[in-house]
Amino acid sequence: MAGIDHAPPPFFKRGPAPLALLTFYIAISLAIFVVDLRFRSLELFRQSVALVVDPVQRVAQTPGSLVDYAASYLQGLRALQLENNELKHAKLTTAPDLQRLAQLEVENERLRKLLSVKERERAKGQVAQILYTARDPFSRKVIVDKGQQSGIVAGQPAIDEAGVVGQVTRVFPFSAEVTLITDKDQAVPVQVVRSGQRSVVFGLGNGQLELRYMPANADIQIGDMLVTSGLDGVYLAGFPVAKVVNIERDSAYSFARIFCVPIAGVENFGEIMVLDPRQALPPAPPEAAARGQADSGERASVKRRRAMKGN
Amino acid sequence: MQPTFSSSRILLPVRPWFIFLSLIGALLLNLLPTAHWPGMPDWVALVLCFWSVREFRRVGMGWAFLLGLLMDVADGAVLGQHCFAYVLLAYVSASLSRRLLWFPLAQQALQIMPLLVATQVIQALMRLAVGAEFPGWGYFVGPFIATLLWIPATFILLLPQYQPVDQDPNRPI
Repeated sequence: MAGIDHAPPPFFKRGPAPLALLTFYIAISLAIFVVDLRFRSLELFRQSVALVVDPVQRVAQTPGSLVDYAASYLQGLRALQLENNELKHAKLTTAPDLQRLAQLEVENERLRKLLSVKERERAKGQVAQILYTARDPFSRKVIVDKGQQSGIVAGQPAIDEAGVVGQVTRVFPFSAEVTLITDKDQAVPVQVVRSGQRSVVFGLGNGQLELRYMPANADIQIGDMLVTSGLDGVYLAGFPVAKVVNIERDSAYSFARIFCVPIAGVENFGEIMVLDPRQALPPAPPEAAARGQADSGERASVKRRRAMKGN
Repeated sequence: MQPTFSSSRILLPVRPWFIFLSLIGALLLNLLPTAHWPGMPDWVALVLCFWSVREFRRVGMGWAFLLGLLMDVADGAVLGQHCFAYVLLAYVSASLSRRLLWFPLAQQALQIMPLLVATQVIQALMRLAVGAEFPGWGYFVGPFIATLLWIPATFILLLPQYQPVDQDPNRPI
């Protein structure tokens, strides 16, 4: 009976039971799902996996870019001439403004100095090529060809020739992910050009934007331009963001539903400009903080009083 | 092993490097720009399901988890979304494999369909539960196309295992 004490020979070794393995992997999957979504603390892990995936992804993009290249090569001379003429025309129409821009900027700076107002920040940045749209059908993101190696950091705004495109949300060693302003709940602080009212515009996820928290009787019309207000410390002031296309005023709600379309070619491929991060905003004035504390102190004391009453 | 149990052809043993290559190929197909077309199947899910049915001792939940992770990062999706769906897919396909291969190919495809649909629906539910936008019905067409592809996929992925038809009469196997 000596043989019974021995472990069975490893002929039929199958590893852990399938159900145990399933439980293990499911637990890990759910854990990283929650951690990635709630705490966003897996960015370093994501970056290292991205180093492996990135070459595969670039290889996968080659046929598409080859087709694009062939198409542009075979594009007729006539089409190119037309485009060239259009561009020349556009250049001419903007020439009067552009030629005086340098002089205006200097003048503006001098006047601001005279008024001892803080100087305006200049917009600088680097041009990045959109490599591809992220495959995730639940969000609207694009991948650009500049990353940590070019000094891109998360939070930088991105614009194209017409207006704001989005914001860098993740940075990988050789690429970066730009979340478009049309992504669901992506927020951009804006200002209505005509009335100067400030608000925040949110992406809806279907290619449109919604201007929220505007009272039903707010002074806003179809066709109004929205530009960045610059209050957030991310976007510089004055970049066009969206245009109002539809307003639903329902007296049952205290806010109007205002729909806008982006001005930039947000969903198109091409080149975008990733602007340098803004200089840090001056710290909030101490009075506000003091008042906040006083408020919370007051609230706490009210609570205490209520608690005492309850007792 | 035979392609199906009604067939009299006997297959050569599978080569591990071919499994690896086919999975990487599927990943590459998933990353092509065509992935944005509506109704494109999830190639990784299809190939993973195939090998989980055929060779569940070699391709199991570990591979599913790893591929899921790669897909999550490549997609820019939330980490764990593909992992969860693929691991479940691998588990269910492996547990079905004993029964599934008794059926002719068309009926196999019919039984694979709910698995592939579930893979997609699980991912959609996970994302919708945490407040993503609805991706549109085109997202759910992919698995049905993948079901149709089960038959050609079986043929292509088993190609290296087929023996020549004219055999040596002295060595029947």
